[in-house]
This record gives sequence, C-alpha cells and structure tokens, in this order.
Amino acid sequence: MNKIFVSPSPHIHSGDSIKKNMWGVVIAMVPAMILSFVYFGINALFATLTAVLSCILFEYLIKKFLLKEESSITDGSAIITGILLAFNVPSSLPLWIIVIGALVAIGIGKLSYGGLGNNVFNPALVGRVFLLISFPAQMTSWPIPTTRLSEKINPDMIDSFTGATPLAMLQEGIQSGQSVSSIMEQNNFPTYQDMLLGNIGGSLGEVAAIAIIAGLIFMLVRKIITWHIPTAIILTVAAFTGILNLCSPDTYADPLFHLLTGGLLLGAVFMATDYVTSPMSKKGMLVYGVGIGLLTVIIRIWGSYPEGMSFAILIMNAFTPLINKYFKPKRFGIAKKGGKK
Amino acid sequence: MYFTFLLTIISLCAIGIAAAIILYFVAQKFKVDEDPRIDQVEEALPGANCGGCGFPGCRGMAEACVKAEDLDSLFCPVGGTDTMKDVASILGKEVKEQAPKIAVVRCNGTCENRPRKNTYDGALSCAIQSNLYGGETDCQFGCLGCGDCVSACQFDAIHMGENGLPIVDQDTCVACGACVSACPKDIIELRNKGPKDRRVYVACKNEDKGGIAKKACNTACIGCMKCVKECPFDAITVKNNLSYIDPDKCKLCRKCVAVCPTGAIQAVNFPTPTPKPKPKVSVKKDIDKEKAINKTEKKEE
Amino acid sequence: MLKTFKLGGIHPPENKLSKDKPIEILPIPEKVIIPLGQHIGAPAKILVKKGDSVKVGQLIAEKGGFISANIHSSVSGTVEKIADIKDASGYPKPAIHIKVDGDEWDESIIKDDNLIETISYEKEEIVKRVEAAGIVGLGGATFPTNVKLMPPPGSNSEFLIINAVECEPYLTADHSIMLKRAKEIIVGINIIIKATGVKKAIIGIENNKPDAIKLFENIASTYSNIEVCPLKMKYPQGGEKQLIKATTGREVPSGALPIAVGAIVQNVGTVLAIYEAVQKNKPLFERVVTVTGKKINKPGNYLCRIGTPIGNLIEAAGGLPEDTGKIINGGPMMGKALINTDTPITKGSSGVLLLDIKESKRKEQNDCIRCAKCINVCPMGLEPYLLMSLAENNNLERLEEERIMDCIECGSCSYTCPANRAILDYIRLGKGRTGQMIRNRK
Repeated sequence: MNKIFVSPSPHIHSGDSIKKNMWGVVIAMVPAMILSFVYFGINALFATLTAVLSCILFEYLIKKFLLKEESSITDGSAIITGILLAFNVPSSLPLWIIVIGALVAIGIGKLSYGGLGNNVFNPALVGRVFLLISFPAQMTSWPIPTTRLSEKINPDMIDSFTGATPLAMLQEGIQSGQSVSSIMEQNNFPTYQDMLLGNIGGSLGEVAAIAIIAGLIFMLVRKIITWHIPTAIILTVAAFTGILNLCSPDTYADPLFHLLTGGLLLGAVFMATDYVTSPMSKKGMLVYGVGIGLLTVIIRIWGSYPEGMSFAILIMNAFTPLINKYFKPKRFGIAKKGGKK
Repeated sequence: MYFTFLLTIISLCAIGIAAAIILYFVAQKFKVDEDPRIDQVEEALPGANCGGCGFPGCRGMAEACVKAEDLDSLFCPVGGTDTMKDVASILGKEVKEQAPKIAVVRCNGTCENRPRKNTYDGALSCAIQSNLYGGETDCQFGCLGCGDCVSACQFDAIHMGENGLPIVDQDTCVACGACVSACPKDIIELRNKGPKDRRVYVACKNEDKGGIAKKACNTACIGCMKCVKECPFDAITVKNNLSYIDPDKCKLCRKCVAVCPTGAIQAVNFPTPTPKPKPKVSVKKDIDKEKAINKTEKKEE
Repeated sequence: MLKTFKLGGIHPPENKLSKDKPIEILPIPEKVIIPLGQHIGAPAKILVKKGDSVKVGQLIAEKGGFISANIHSSVSGTVEKIADIKDASGYPKPAIHIKVDGDEWDESIIKDDNLIETISYEKEEIVKRVEAAGIVGLGGATFPTNVKLMPPPGSNSEFLIINAVECEPYLTADHSIMLKRAKEIIVGINIIIKATGVKKAIIGIENNKPDAIKLFENIASTYSNIEVCPLKMKYPQGGEKQLIKATTGREVPSGALPIAVGAIVQNVGTVLAIYEAVQKNKPLFERVVTVTGKKINKPGNYLCRIGTPIGNLIEAAGGLPEDTGKIINGGPMMGKALINTDTPITKGSSGVLLLDIKESKRKEQNDCIRCAKCINVCPMGLEPYLLMSLAENNNLERLEEERIMDCIECGSCSYTCPANRAILDYIRLGKGRTGQMIRNRK
C-alpha cells in the first residue's frame, strides 16, 4: 500500500507544460526565420545560429557555475530569446557582437532577475537595445535583400551593399523637407507588396510581415497567446497614424506603411506577447497594447530613432506590475464598478 | 572648457545646498514627537525582528516596553534575560528572571519507528498536508516532515534530518517560537534549555489508546502510567493517553526514562554512562532499559 | 448556440467509461460502516448501542443540530461496535459498524417500483418527510436538503434548477439514474415545486448526454412549468453559481446564496431521493456510485448501500488493478484521495475512481511564468497565481481583498498550469485561514 498516492484535488492535469508553450513559439517563428534566410542568405543563417547557440551556452554556463542551479535550457526559453535576438539585428552584424548581445540578454535581461518567470524586461529586447546603443553604426547598416538587389545591381557586390530601412528613408526625407508622397514615389522605395513579403531592408525577422502573421495565427490556434495584445497594438498604431495621416498627409505616412515596417508586427506578435513581461488580465493586456502602440508612433514620428517598437515594449514592460495591480479581471458576481480596487 | 566644468560643479553644489535647506525645514515642520526611550530600547533589543515576543518586530516590542506598566508580560526570547535587564535599566523598571528556552521536537516517528503507509504527493507544506489528511503513517499526531518549521525559522536553527524529522540546532536556536506556531501538529514546544543543555521530555504527541499508538509507531507513548508512578517530583501527568513532563518541576533524575517501555521519553545531552559501575540508565540501548525495568519491578515487589 | 457560463472554464477529457452501463445492484456486504458525519454541519447523535438489532431504514442516529441530518441503517443486522474509522477526511471519525444478517426492511417503506404520481402532501409535510429521511445534497456538497427547501422568509424563489450536468470527468452515476428513473425524477421535481412554490423548473443537462436530454424533453413536454436546458460542455458547469449563470443568465453576487437571484439548485440524484422519501417513505440509505478508471476491468454504475466499504465496489468491478496509484472518492477534479479501500461509501460519494501510478503522480513544479492561463480559466474571475503567492506568504488581508473567499475550489487553475504549480493546494490553505480571520473578526 506504500505506493498509494494521496494529494489534494485536482487529480488530473491538462498535460500542458512550459516546454510545450515555448516550443510552440519557436515553431511559430520558423516561417519568418526561413524567409530571412531566403532574403539575406547565409549571413542570416550564421547570425541566427550564433544567437541561439550563444544564448543556450550562456544560460547553461551561468546556471551551472554562477547560480549553481539545475540547468533549464530544455524549456526552450533560451532558444526563443536567441531567435528573437537574431530577428532584431541586421544580417551583416559581426558575429562577436551578436555573442555580446546574447550575453546581455541572458545574463542581465533574464538570469540576473532569477530566471524565467521573474524577469521584468523582455531579455531579447534588453540585448537588442544594448547593442543598438553600444554599436550604433553596425546596428543601423541594413543589408538589402538579395532578391531586391539582383534587379538593379551586380550580384557580386551583395556583401558590401547596405541601405536604409523604409522608416529611416522616410524620416530622412521628411527632415530634408520632402513630402511623404514624393519620398514614396522615389525609385528605390519599396512597394507595399515588397513590405508584406519582406523584400525590404531591415533586421532579420522584421521584414516579412506575411510570415509573422502566419506565426500569429499558429499561436492563436494553439492557444499559446490570446488575441488581446497584438490586436490592441495594431489597432492603436493604425488609428493613431490614421488620424495623423488625415490631418497632414504630406508629413505623416499612412497606417499601412507603419504597420508593415520597422518590426511593428514582429514586436506585436512575438515580443510584446512574452508571457513573463506582459500583464495578466485581459483588460491589462489591452491597456498594455494601447500603450505600446502610442509610444511606438510617438517615438517613430517625433523621436530621433526612425523606429520605436523595442523602446515602446521595454517601457511598457516596466509598467506591467502596475497594470497588473490596477486592472483586475472581471470578477464573477461583482457589479462592474466594484471590479477595480 | 574649464569654465564648463566649473559651472557644472558650482551649479550642482548649489542645488544640493538648496535641497538640504528645504529638507531641514520640512523635517522640522513635520517632526513627530516620540518618546526618545523607544529608540534606546530598540537599540538594546537584538534587532532580529523575528516576532518571537509577539510584536511586529523590535520596534513594536520597544514601543510596548515603554508603554507597559511593568515588564512582566514582555519578554524577548532572542536576547533573553540579559537583554531584558538592559531594557529595564533604560526604563527604570524591574524584570523577572526567565530561564532560557529552546525548541524541542516532540516526535520520534522516524521512518524506522513509524512505517509509511502511503505517499503524500501534494504541495510540500505541512499545513496543506495536515488539512488534507492524517499523514503518511497511521499516527495522525506525529511529524508530517514537509518542513514548515524549517522555512519558518529565521535563524537557520532547524533542519530536516535524514530520518525525516526536524533537528533543532541548540546553539543557534533562540526560542523565538516561529516554528512552534508554524507546526500544524503542535509538535514543537519551547522548553527550558536546562543546565548544561540537559533535558528530559516525552517525544510523542499521540493521544490514541496504547494499542493503536504502538501499532502506528514503535516509540509512541502508550499512556501506561509507569513514568507517573516512578517520578519522585510529581512532574509527570498523563492526559488523553499521553504523558507530559512539566519542565519546571522536572529535576532531570531520568528515572522515567528507565521505566518507559517504548522509549518515548528522551533524555538529551547527558553524559553516556561509563560501562564500569552498575549498569546505569541509558537512553538508547534497549537492553539497559529492560534491566532497569526489571529492577524497578523487583523494587515494587 | 447552446448555453453555457461565460467566465473561464476548461475542457478536460471526458473519460465517461461507464456511460452505457446500466445500474447494477451491488450485493449487500457482510458488514457496513456508517459514519456519523456524512453531511455538512453537526454530526448526528447515536440512537443505538452495541448489540442492538436494526432493520433496513431504521433511524440509528438523529440530526445533531439545525444544519445536520438523520442517518438510517442501510442493512438489517446487529450493531457490532461504535468505533472510529478513517473516513474520506483522512482523520478518524466516529462510525456505527453493523454486521449484516438478512435483508429485512422497515415496515413503513413501500418496497415496490410502482410510480406514484399524485402528490398528496402539503408543503410542510413534504419538508418534514425530506428531513426525516436524512436527505442531503447528493452532488457532493452534502448540505441538508430540507434546509434548502425552506427559503428564508422574504426571499423570492423563482427558479428551481435541477443540476443534471455531471461535469466531472469519468462520473456517470447521475446520467445512469436519469436514464432509468426519469419519470420518478419528474415527479420529484413536481414535489419540490410544490414545497418551494417556484414558478419554473429548469433541468440543466450537458450535451454529452443526448439520450438523457431527449428523454427528459419528451417527458417534460407534458408539463408547462418544467423546461429542459441543454448546455454546452464545460467544466465546472455543475458549480451552483456557474449553473445558474448558464441556465438563467443571472449572476449570484459575491458572498451571496443562489436564493439572492431567486434560484434553488438541486442535484438530480437528490431529486430522486426526495421522490422516494415523500412518495415511498424510503429514507436515504442507498445510492448509485460510479466505479471507474482506465485500468479497471468492469467500470460501471452500482446501486449500493451507504456504508459499503469501497473495496467491495472495486471487487464487483473486477478487483483492484495491479498498479493503482490513487483511490479517489468522487471525480478527478474535486474528489478526495483515500488512503485505503476500507473507507465506506457515504451519502456524498458519487464515484470511486482508480488512477494508475503514472496518472496519479504529480509532475515537478516550476516557477510561475506568468502565462495568465490560470486567470483565463478561473470561472470566478480571480487571479489564482496571485492568490497562491499571497497564501504562501500568509498575507490574509490581501487575500481577502483579492476575493479568495469567492473561490469554488474547482481546480481549473491547477489543471491548466503549464508549470505544474499546486495552485489550488495553496489557495485552499489561504482560504481556510482567511475564513478563520473573518470569523474571528465577528
């Protein structure tokens, strides 16, 4: 009778696990990853591999030798951080810089807070922003996808050719006094179709909107995330830029342009939805999404950086505990007013 | 260039001085009048903030000491009588002597003594296990072994032993009582530390009838009354089939240890008897115990 | 679009292994053990002593307070002893042990199976008979039914809601009696309508029991005041508050009883017991119990006497499987794990579930990753992750603010948690302590 187990109810479990959720996210990122290899070639593959492997390695080493805890690399969260970090850098970035980014992401962004579940900021974004500030030149020289180049330029020059992202082009143009429509009509400015398919300059993962949308659908179907955060971000950005565009179409680009460029979708789908650093209640998620949307547009249009998704997410990460405190789920049996404290 | 540095330094200094002046006046304005002795008393207390005195931290205790008419009902178990004397001298009050105490685990139901009948698989918490059922063994009074006492201890003075029971480190235990209130089975008791740390106590809480208790655990108290009859100082009482030794009356003669048929009565920190003279009482060796029992039986005849 | 409750909920695998099994009558055991505390409230007071001979249906312990229930002998024989046994609570509790000798029923019980449709008793008499028969809520809560049939003065009871949801996986006891005793149940509903004066009765059945829905829709069509409400499957739809929300759309306010929104909820098994008590003068001494489990040979629904050791039921279902890891009294979501098979069936036992070792062992617990899945499944709109950490730190004031007392302990949070955290274990602990604090305050 010694083998009879006794425990409080419930006696069954759904079988869901951290591993399953994390690997689900990894699978959702595969389409965007494949497209990045297509557009940026072997460099993209090396960048992704370096980021993932160094994230896993740092997690293992820090856990084993510094924290002296059981290794947690099999839960897949380090892989997600690695892929996201790679998604956020240009494919031409020297590999040693990526390794530094991985160290900052895993060491400072995650394990210094106590590991998965306790970090305040999205680790991959911490790494990315660190690199952006420390290596501004390397982090903002964007290779143009090979498919795009071949139409205009001799393929032999691929390695050395870099260009600006659509957002940067736009910002530069506006600062030099051009109107939005005249910038967009320029010969080298990508079309919306290019943006959707990822045929534009930018970091590894942000270019292919269509692959990111595929990942989003996968995660929603598998119930890994809920629709609240991505929808709130996208609608807010669309509404805000839409209003600005209506007021002055010459200085502000249209919503579709903003949605398809600058890693907005990448951030909205894969980074803002990070379990650990996003709010828990549905109401809170909406508030968080709206906050990210507003901040992104503000940074993009009035800030000195052409794109603001990473900063917006990091800033809202800091507000997450506060949002959790003030936006409670709808309680059963409590009139609407009493829901908030 | 140098001018820029200079300007920076001067302006920062100016801001600092201005802020200091503002803070000074604000602090004066919103000053809370407090008995200065509270600070002194708090200084005298150990500062462990363990709550063993019954107040939320040393500050609370200090306030209570200053307010109280006399210090009889207030006691800091961590600092002991010495600390209370210091406190009393600050306040000009009297203090009662109190014997130093220590936490004692009153269960000896190790894996060997008390066979496990099922396996608990819930959250690792004695409180949760105790709410759920009587425990892995047939003894519903004994230690559950999840270590609520260990996590309650702020002094790192109690640990789970290899035999599944908590072990109190008698040098670090300050008798704050945190483990006592954490234990859902009330197994841990604060008892007098005793001269040279010597103590005699019943290491059992089982209130079942003798037969049931013995079946559940080899070393259970079966309420046989032998110790009560043996004790020359009337220190032992049996209630609900369970013997209890009053630590204030007990003179540590260890006669009860000798007569206990199950070894439920523990005597700790006594020197092991030298083998040469008459076989005296030993706690652990059953043979000695049997002999001792025989002896007392003869006496009774 | 079928109705269901809105907030939270989960869809555990049904595993209704004994779904198509008719009710079998379990042979009377050689000995029964009848605990005195089979209901919520004060334990019953013993009326017999060692050596007394008793008949089936004889009162052997009477209610020990307003919230308490009579207990009747379930067999005929002699009282062997009155001694403590470890019941489902895991602690020794007093019980009457009866040695069985024959099967002689008390003369006042009508033993035949004829349906008696005319209700010839008045309101007070019905409640009195229910009280005398010792009927308690058979869904598992075991609250004395007669108390529920007397709504407090001034309250407006509009709906009688019959809980025929049986949302717990594995269990089919209610389903089996609904198929076999549908007509009696409808008479029972009419009895309760008469006793409480409600205008309308709603039978809530989940759509995994299409045969029962069809059967009841047929019979109920002749009564204008009885309506069958098919519900979309979702756990915990059998929870009182969730069922009221699903069937009527009304939300019982936090801390209030169902009567606050004009509803009285009765389990379908209780309704049958009420029919038998009122029309046949038969006290509650037997009930249908599902014996089930993936490894068991003959999962089924057994009609057995109260006090039958669970071991007898398992024997009837083909014996205890070799690698049994857990014996559960009730369903897998809210049932209680037992320490052995000697524990007797009580009024509230709806099933015996055996899990094998692999199913029963919990997986290793990880840190919370704040995925918010527990919030999404909580049917009461609470934040289980937060309640758990507050309970771990014993922060009772915050727990009360975060409405821990609203928790219905359905287990959806622990079931869902990807980090395998024992969320409900700690919430239950915190709820107990917070409740204590609130009671002390009064």
